[in-house]
Amino acid sequence: MTAAPYEPGRVRALLARRRPGFGEPIFRIVVLLAALTVLATIIGLVVTMTVESRRGIAHNGWSFLWTSTWDQVRQVFGALPFVYGTVMTSVTALALAMLVGVGVALFLVELAPAWVARPVGFMVEMLAAIPSVVFGLWGIFILAPWLQQHVELPLHQRLGWLPFFSTYPTTAVGNFAAIVVLAIMVLPTVAAVSRDVIAAVPRSQREAALALGATRWEMMRLGVLPYARSGILGAGILGLARGVGETMAVTMVIGNSPTITLSLFKQGYTMASVIANEFTEATTALYRSTLIEIGLLLLVITLLINVGARLLVWRVTGGQPSGGALQ
Amino acid sequence: MAQDPSAPAAVTEQQAIPLVRGVAFGEQEAPRVSQAATRLDVANLHAYYGARPALRDVSLTVWPNSVTAIIGPSGCGKSTFIRCLNRLHEVTPGARVEGRVLLDGDDIYGAGVDPVVVRQRVGMVFQRPNPFPTMSIFDNAVAGLKLAGIRNRELLREVAERSLRRAALWDEVKDKLHAAGGALSGGQQQRLCIARAIAVEPEVVLMDEPASSLDPMSTLKIEELMRELATSFTIVIVTHNMQQAARVSDYTAFLLAGEERVGELIEYGPTARIFTNPRDPRTEQYITGRFG
Repeated sequence: MTAAPYEPGRVRALLARRRPGFGEPIFRIVVLLAALTVLATIIGLVVTMTVESRRGIAHNGWSFLWTSTWDQVRQVFGALPFVYGTVMTSVTALALAMLVGVGVALFLVELAPAWVARPVGFMVEMLAAIPSVVFGLWGIFILAPWLQQHVELPLHQRLGWLPFFSTYPTTAVGNFAAIVVLAIMVLPTVAAVSRDVIAAVPRSQREAALALGATRWEMMRLGVLPYARSGILGAGILGLARGVGETMAVTMVIGNSPTITLSLFKQGYTMASVIANEFTEATTALYRSTLIEIGLLLLVITLLINVGARLLVWRVTGGQPSGGALQ
Repeated sequence: MAQDPSAPAAVTEQQAIPLVRGVAFGEQEAPRVSQAATRLDVANLHAYYGARPALRDVSLTVWPNSVTAIIGPSGCGKSTFIRCLNRLHEVTPGARVEGRVLLDGDDIYGAGVDPVVVRQRVGMVFQRPNPFPTMSIFDNAVAGLKLAGIRNRELLREVAERSLRRAALWDEVKDKLHAAGGALSGGQQQRLCIARAIAVEPEVVLMDEPASSLDPMSTLKIEELMRELATSFTIVIVTHNMQQAARVSDYTAFLLAGEERVGELIEYGPTARIFTNPRDPRTEQYITGRFG
């Protein structure tokens, strides 16, 4: 095959004919608008919620944050039981989900052969796709009664001296059921993100550990987990964010009683649940405004958790984005 | 006439070069880590990735207290070969090995041999420095000891200092032992990896192109280090740099992959002989830069 004769300057002439056109400014405006939309939504949300909750804020005062009476008739409102319920259930559920989730991730990446890892990984992701009302329904009719009989009762009988298990589990619904359901719902997020993070740990790290005479497990402890820790923490943040905001399933299994208790077998309440349960009956302006105030508080707490978690990641990684940056 | 060290002729050649060169180096500040020299006998080694063979029938003896260089063009199976010497090849999914590798007479592929134990006796330094980035320099140096459950602080400090000194890194890091291992320069990281490898007192140290990602100054340091380390360890180094092989090694093995891309041992012998008087025309072609 003979090439066409070389014609100097032809490519240069073609390139010189290029005109910038309108594409550039239009593209810039479109992406700027997209960015502004997000910003406007967040600001609009916070501003309107603050405005709408003004009446509640004025009436309830700062003590709203640390009192625990919730009486619509006498118009006395305290949010502490809801804040406690939200934080306690989501943090405990996250701890459970992290234990199982990181274990699942390590198994899928390090131990399972491909023909097991693929379907199991897929099922873990499917878990995230199940609507939360289905989890709630399953939780209230099947899981909670089962837990009551086979977990809560034995725990109470054997370890009843611990404050967490001190009350007799009279009802199936309660904090414990809520925590377990939440943990199951948070698990796919934690497991899937951790799996990706662990799979991204370079082979050189694994081999470094193996070459020192590490066993399989020691290799994970030495070469894999430290490298992946910031990413695994990130998985936890995502999980916590889901846990804190989860409404439907928790409302169905937590029992909806505004009490602050260490006992996992008593009933509780969360901020998201009280809003979902009571907004239809909030007939007075003050009541309604107070529920919006709770919503605002939930927003602030979510924000604080995110900031705190980011600080934690930053502290653990010593300011570096991740272990990977050092390679 | 390939694979001469496994043939009787090799013995005479080997006698021509003093076996324990390090003794002539004079007093070393660091104590001898392992006095008993260890030899490796590789017999009829075949390596595969799945169904695809990567190495065919390699037999050679790695002499104690020497530096043995494995040279050859890209894709000839150099790295695969040394990864068979500490059972790291089999970590790659689907990879497998046939043949025998005798570590002072014991087959590391024998029934019931724990690869973990093999890797404690045969250490490795990799092509790209791979310190544990979240660990301090100190913890990196003694990672192998901590792994084995050694918690004695006195001992850990002693071993860390000794290993870092032997790796010619101590003076540069002694004031920042608790800084992250990843914060060092590439050359320092590689010396840290060498310190980490020798801290567990292996008998053999494998180095897979240890200087290929480093600048010339660091390369020089690593090469000096290899000579020094050969006084107490048996060293096998893979390199694509023939000058490097000529500079640091006592013995050189030339691997080459033919048409079907399976690596074979073409020639093995004392480095001086391989580079001045190769017996196989392919070796001569390679060392004179005519291919590869």
